[in-house]
Amino acid sequence: MNEIVFFINKVVIAGSVIGSIYAMGAIGVTLVFAILRFAHFAHGDLMALGAFFAFALTALMPGVGTAIGLPTGFVMLPVAMVLTALVAIFLDHAFYRPLRENNVKPVVMVMASIGVTLMIQGLIRLFAGTSARNFFFAESKDIFRLELPFELARRKIVITEPQILLFLFVSAAVVSLHLFLTRSRLGKAMRAMSDNPDLARVSGINTGVVVWTTWVIAGGLAAAAGTLLSLDVTLKPDLSFNLLLPIFAAAIVGGVGQPYGAIAGGFLVGFAETLAVFNWSILLRPLAPVIPDWIEIPDKLAFVPTEYKLTVPFVLLVAVLVWRPTGIFKGKVL
Amino acid sequence: MAFLTAHSLFAGYGGANILNGVSIDIEADQIGVIVGPNGAGKSTTLKAIFGLLHVSEGKIALDGQEITNLSPDKLVHHGMAFVPQEHNVFPTLTVHENLEMGAFVRRDDFTHMIDQVYTLFPPLKDKRRQPAGELSGGQRQMVAMGRALMVEPRLLLLDEPTAGLSPLYMSEIFDRIIAVNKTGVCIIMVEQNAKQALKIAHRGFVLASGQNRYTDTGQNLLNDPEVAQSFLGG
Repeated sequence: MNEIVFFINKVVIAGSVIGSIYAMGAIGVTLVFAILRFAHFAHGDLMALGAFFAFALTALMPGVGTAIGLPTGFVMLPVAMVLTALVAIFLDHAFYRPLRENNVKPVVMVMASIGVTLMIQGLIRLFAGTSARNFFFAESKDIFRLELPFELARRKIVITEPQILLFLFVSAAVVSLHLFLTRSRLGKAMRAMSDNPDLARVSGINTGVVVWTTWVIAGGLAAAAGTLLSLDVTLKPDLSFNLLLPIFAAAIVGGVGQPYGAIAGGFLVGFAETLAVFNWSILLRPLAPVIPDWIEIPDKLAFVPTEYKLTVPFVLLVAVLVWRPTGIFKGKVL
Repeated sequence: MAFLTAHSLFAGYGGANILNGVSIDIEADQIGVIVGPNGAGKSTTLKAIFGLLHVSEGKIALDGQEITNLSPDKLVHHGMAFVPQEHNVFPTLTVHENLEMGAFVRRDDFTHMIDQVYTLFPPLKDKRRQPAGELSGGQRQMVAMGRALMVEPRLLLLDEPTAGLSPLYMSEIFDRIIAVNKTGVCIIMVEQNAKQALKIAHRGFVLASGQNRYTDTGQNLLNDPEVAQSFLGG
């Protein structure tokens, strides 16, 4: 029983947490690709930037959260999302739109986004240094330990307040995105432009507004993902580097240009990672009496050591590109 | 002055000009058909009228108002709509959503127009919740025309509406085009199936190498032995 609780803590909860983060990042990557047809490599940096905005606001007004009863970083999230969305629109106006208007090849846009990556990373290091930061410097992080109604289960399911807020936020974001894309005029115009940009223009759809909307959603979700991840662990300046590969893997595994695919891909990559680094001997140990003696259960039995976690999305990405290049939801082929 | 006049247009895709002085004029209640051999500049003429191509010389006026080199989204506001030859629907959007996207520029209530499109193209009504990409070629063409009609255009431009369709669907689409015209929409279309198209044309324009060769009523062009021999395959 204790082993199962351990599994829930280490895989179910941890996988859902990281899957939610990847899903929010991948939605942004996939939407930018659907509308603007290029892989936006600076997306991880929008996540880091959003988290730093939230942190700066928390440092300026540390008492706000305690007054409301929520972590201050979470209270500041909407402001950080708006700021990051504005930065995303600014980046588009300053760097991507001039290139788009000159009808450059997609690879030039990708290169430009790598340049943007370096700029944002430099700016973050310039103003915030390279050390890891904790959002909970002035308040305590609430941790809930849930007991299971079984006598054998002595271990408790552990879940933190930021994790609960993350799950609530992701559920709300996914439902709102679905309603936006299927019910609203602008959301349908976004899908139309993703389907056929020329016909969208011929139909009189204001493609400029659609592009803005895309950056607002992508930037907002990036800020949310970065902030909520940093609330769960700590805020590290290399956040963008560690997130970039998994969120691109999630977008491609789900099917590039498919928002629902990005969500599925995000959770798939998240769970694949946690399952790969999970120590399976813990589940095997109770079976020791039935396993023949000559099989020794090692202390540590994980598919991948934790420090090589980043290889998991990479392997998944290669596998999908080889066997199903369109991804789960039949997206565009890169 | 005619409803639409395009006077000696010169235009091309960067390189040499494709249009070398094409002129088109048509009255508000008519169907105009542009025919001619491959490379004559038929589709290019339509694209130039709809602002998809820069016109270097010449003048286009709609209802007395000059519209030369206006962008397509502005022309939609002027009451023009264009149906491209290929990729003319949003494949993952439902039929109904395709029609809604046609009405994107409208801020008023357009449900009566959706009903009218379903009346004009009855097969679409049953398929309105289906993604347009799943429909047959003929039905997709209906979605494309329906999408363009949503703005209640005064002028509808159709680029080869029967390309790749079976003969059965071809005559069905021609019937629908006549029906649309009867609702008071001026239509200019480019057609490969020149004979059938000229039969329904009030005005026919025979182009060759970016210039007008013959311009007359559709029936006169069909009866003209010279036109028949050089352009309609005898």
